[in-house]
Amino acid sequence: MEQGRFPLPSEIADVPGAENWRSMYAYFTRFTPEDDKRFWFYNSMHFPEPMPAFDTVTAEIPYSAIGANTARLFVFPTTLGIEHRIVNGRVYITANPVTDPAEIGRRAEIFGERAGHYYENWDSLYEGWKGRMAELIRQIEAVTVPELPEFEDASVVMESRGVAQNHYVRENFQRCITLFSKMWHHHTEMLMLGYGAYVVFFQFCKQAFPEISDQTVARMVAGIDVIMYRPDDELRRLARAAVDNGVDDLFTQGCVAAEVLTALRDRGEGGARWLEEFAAARDPWFLISTGDGFYHHHLSWEDDLTVPFTALPRYVAQVREGTLRDRPTGELQAERERIADGYRSLLGSDEERAAFGQMLGLCRRVFPFVEDHKFYCEHWFTTRFFQKIRAFGALLARSGVLAEADDVFQLHHTEVDQALADVMLAWAAGSPPLGGAHFQPVVAERKRMLKVLRDWSPPPALGPVPEALNDPAVHMLWGVTQQTIESWLSPPESGVVRGIGASSGVVEGTARVLTDVNQIGEIADGEILVCPVTAPSWAPVFGKIKAAVSDIGGSMSHAAIVAREYGMPAVVGTGDATKRITTGQRVRVDGDRGTVEVLE
Amino acid sequence: MTRFVCSFGGASERDAEPPGRATDTGSGADGPGIADADRAADLGGKGASLARLARAGLPVPPGYVVTTAAFAEAMTAVDPSGALRASVEALPPGDVRAIARAAVRFRARITAAPLPGGVASVIAASYRDLGGGPGAAVAVRSSATMEDSAAASFAGLQDTYLGVYGADAVLDAVRRCWASLYNDESVAYRRRLGMGEHDLAMAVVVQRMVHPRAAGVIFTRSPVTGDRSVVAIEGTWGLGSALVAGDVTPDSFTVSKVTGEITGRRVAGKLRMHAPGGVCPMPAHLQHAPCLSDGEIRALARLACRVEDHYGAPQDIEWALLGDDVTGIQDSPCAPCAPESPNTSSAPAGTKAPADASAPADASAPADAPAPAADRIVLLQSRPETVWAAREPAPVASPKPRACDHVLALFGKTP
Repeated sequence: MEQGRFPLPSEIADVPGAENWRSMYAYFTRFTPEDDKRFWFYNSMHFPEPMPAFDTVTAEIPYSAIGANTARLFVFPTTLGIEHRIVNGRVYITANPVTDPAEIGRRAEIFGERAGHYYENWDSLYEGWKGRMAELIRQIEAVTVPELPEFEDASVVMESRGVAQNHYVRENFQRCITLFSKMWHHHTEMLMLGYGAYVVFFQFCKQAFPEISDQTVARMVAGIDVIMYRPDDELRRLARAAVDNGVDDLFTQGCVAAEVLTALRDRGEGGARWLEEFAAARDPWFLISTGDGFYHHHLSWEDDLTVPFTALPRYVAQVREGTLRDRPTGELQAERERIADGYRSLLGSDEERAAFGQMLGLCRRVFPFVEDHKFYCEHWFTTRFFQKIRAFGALLARSGVLAEADDVFQLHHTEVDQALADVMLAWAAGSPPLGGAHFQPVVAERKRMLKVLRDWSPPPALGPVPEALNDPAVHMLWGVTQQTIESWLSPPESGVVRGIGASSGVVEGTARVLTDVNQIGEIADGEILVCPVTAPSWAPVFGKIKAAVSDIGGSMSHAAIVAREYGMPAVVGTGDATKRITTGQRVRVDGDRGTVEVLE
Repeated sequence: MTRFVCSFGGASERDAEPPGRATDTGSGADGPGIADADRAADLGGKGASLARLARAGLPVPPGYVVTTAAFAEAMTAVDPSGALRASVEALPPGDVRAIARAAVRFRARITAAPLPGGVASVIAASYRDLGGGPGAAVAVRSSATMEDSAAASFAGLQDTYLGVYGADAVLDAVRRCWASLYNDESVAYRRRLGMGEHDLAMAVVVQRMVHPRAAGVIFTRSPVTGDRSVVAIEGTWGLGSALVAGDVTPDSFTVSKVTGEITGRRVAGKLRMHAPGGVCPMPAHLQHAPCLSDGEIRALARLACRVEDHYGAPQDIEWALLGDDVTGIQDSPCAPCAPESPNTSSAPAGTKAPADASAPADASAPADAPAPAADRIVLLQSRPETVWAAREPAPVASPKPRACDHVLALFGKTP
C-alpha cells in the first residue's frame, strides 16, 4: 500500500490459485467500476475469514435488515443503509450518508417521532420483542427436513392432504432462510437505537473527560445480570452437581466429553441425576456459539462439547477446594454505581450532572436489550438455523448430490435451492439426482480456493479516504473513526500489535495462539490467549489465562466485559494478532494502551 | 520564641509524633483558620504551602520557615533609615550600569551585616530542633510572597541551596536568599515595573535534606486536556529539578481518579539525572526503566487526590519518593560535572541548585524491605492549577425535556 492512500477496488488482483472466487458469490456483491469513487473498509469484525458461499447469507440478510431499519423504518437523519461487496472472499462495506441539510431536516422530523416512540416505551417494547423472538426460535426449531420415503404416508391420501413430501423440501428450506431474515429484522429493530443511546453517552463522557477510557464508559453502562453470563453460570452449577452427586472424579483435566457421558450412565443414581441436570442446562444454554454467529463452522457448545468439558474440571476442582465463586453481582453493581457517581461528581455544573443522569439512565434502560439480544439472535436462533441447514446438507449427501452434509455450506443459498430441486425431481421421477456430477467438483474447487484465500491479507480499506468522518451515526454503523483510518494509513510497527485496550493492566507472559476454539484444551495456566475472536463461550477458560488478545472485537464485546470482571488485561480488535504472534513467544499485553509487544 | 520562625512537618519531635504536624513557634505563624493569603504574606508561597500541607496531615519533610518578619527585621538592621532602598527606587529603569552598581552594593551589605540577634538565634535554634545532629544537611530555599504568573520569572531568579550543613551555614544561606532579591535582574525587573522597594518581602524555607529515589510533578487535572478525572504524574530518577530544568524527558503516567486504574503510561529514555552532587548521565540500567512501580504510581495518585480534596481545587504538586538508592550515584560518579559536592561543602555556602524544584527529602528509609509506597512519599509543594482554571469550557450538555431528546439532537444534527 502506498503511503497516504488505499488501493481502489479495481486495483485488487485475484489471488493466484483462486481466480474463480467470483463463482461463489452473488452478482450483487461484486465491485463495479463506479465503486472506485467511494471509500470501503474490510469488515474484519464480523467477517474475519474468507466467506464460504452459504455463509454470505450472514452478510446479505443482516445488511438488508440494518439498512431497512436505518433508512426506511426509523429514518435516521444522516444515514441510509450499508452496502457490501465481496472481493477475494472478504466482505467490504460502505455506508450511504445523507448530507443535504434539507433532506436531513425532513428525515429528522420522522426520526424524532419514531425513535421517540421506541425510547419512551422501551421496556414494554422489549418485552414484546422477547415474545416475538421466542416465537421465531420455536418456528425454526419446528422446521423439519422431509424423509422422502419410498411411499408417502397413507394419511396424506386418506386425509386428502394432497401434498407430497418433496414439496416440503423446498418449502422448509426456504422457511429457514425467511425465518433467518425475520430474525435479523428483529435483531436490528431495537439495536440501532440501543447503540444510538450509547453513542450519545459515550460522546458526552469523551467531551467532559477527554482522557476517560472507552472501557470505563462501558463499565458505567454494562448490565450486571446479563443473559450472556448464563452459560458460564450453568457450568458452575454443573460442577457443583458433580460434587454433590459424587461423580466429580470423572471430571479430570483433559477428559473427553463422550467418555465422561458414557461413564456417567454406569454411575447409578448420582450419574443419572447429573445427566438430568446436564440435559436441563443444554437447552438453551449450550446453544451458545463459539463465534459470533456469522460462520457455519463456529459451532455451539451443543454441537461440540469441548469447551464446556474443558472448563468443567477446573470448576469441579474449585468446588472441592471451596473456592468456586458465583459472579459477585452485588459487588459489581456497587462498583458500577461508584464509578458513575465518581464521574458525576467531577462534572463542572449541576446542569451537566442532570444531562449526564439523563443519558446514563437512557443507556441503562436500553442496555439489557443490547447485551441480551445476542444470545437470542446470534447464538440460540443462529445455532438452530445452521443445524437445520446442516440437516438439509445431510439430505443432499444421502441423495448423492454432496459428498458430506457440511458441503452444503459451500453452496450459495440459491444454489442449495437448485440442488434441492434436483433431489425433489429425482425422487418424483424415480431416478437418481444429477447434482453429484455437477456440485461435487464445484464444492472441491471452492474448498481449495478458500484455503488459498485464507492467506491473503486484505487491505483494511479501499478507495479514496473520506475528508471528514464525523457523523456519529456513520461511526456507529461502521465501527471506525477518522483515527482508525489514519492508523491504517501509517506503516505497521515491527514487534507491536495494536488494537483496542479492552481491559486495563499490563502483563508479560507466553503466548498461546489458538485459531480454533476446539484447541482450547491446549491452554496452560498463566498463558496469554491469542485468538481470532473471544466469543462468550470462551469465558470459562478466562480463569486460567493471564491476558486475552483477539483479532476481532470492541471494548463493548462480551470478551472485553468478562476480562474486566476477571481483572485481566485484554486487547481486542487487533486485526492480525493470530498471524503476527506465534505460540511460545513472550509478549507484553498492555490493556491500557491497547498494544501487544512481542518481546522475543 | 519569636515571630521570626514557623516550623512544620514535625520538626524535632518527628520521631515521637506522626509526621505532618505543623508546630507554630511564634506569632508570625498562625494556627488553622488564618487565610492562606495572610500566611503567604508571612511565609511566602512555598512556605505557606508546606505549612498547610503539614497541618493537613500530609507528608512533608520537616523544616521551618524564616518569616517575612525576620526579613523585615534584617533589612531594618541593614538599612535603618531606608535611605539605601530609597536610592534604589530612584534609579532610572534603563540605567543598567547604575542598577548593577547599586545591586552589588546592596548584596554586599546584606551578606556582610550581622543578623539581628533575635533573628539569628531563633534560626539557629530551629535548625538544632530539626534534629539529625549538628551536621544535619538541609535545603535552604527562598519563598517569594508573589506567586502569580506575572512574577514567576522574577521569583525564579531567587536561590536554592542544597546540602547546607551547620547553623552558621544555614544563617549564611538565608542571607544569600535574601540577597537574591537584589540580583541585577531582580532589581532591573522591579525598576521596569516601578515597584516600591520598601514593600519587598521574602520568606526562606529551611528543610531537612534528603535524597529521593525518584521525584517529579503531579497534576491533579490533566495539563494536556484539562480532564478533571485523571491525575497526571511525571517523574524521573533522582531529584525532580531535572524535570523543571528541562534536563530530562520524564516518564509520565495517567491514573483515573475514579477507578484508580493506570490508564496512561509512557516510559521515556531518561538520559540525565540530577543528584545532590549535580547533573550527571543517567546510569544505563535506569534510562529506560520506569521510575515508579504501579504501586507507587497508585499511592502518589491517592495522595494527590487528598491534596486536591484538602484545597478544594485542582493542584500542581511537587513530590519525591524516598527509598533505596538505586542510582549508585550519590557518592561519587557524577563528581566531574558537579559544581560542588555537598559532602565537601562547608560553611558558608551550599550547592546552588539549577532551580527551586529540587527535592530535599528524608533519606531514612530502611535499606532492606522498603516501606509501603505511601509511607515513602513526601510532598515539596502544592500550587493551585491556573491554566485550565482560567479557561473553563462551556458545559458539554444541558438537560433536555426527555432523555431520548439527547439522541434525537445528536443524530439529527446537520453536519
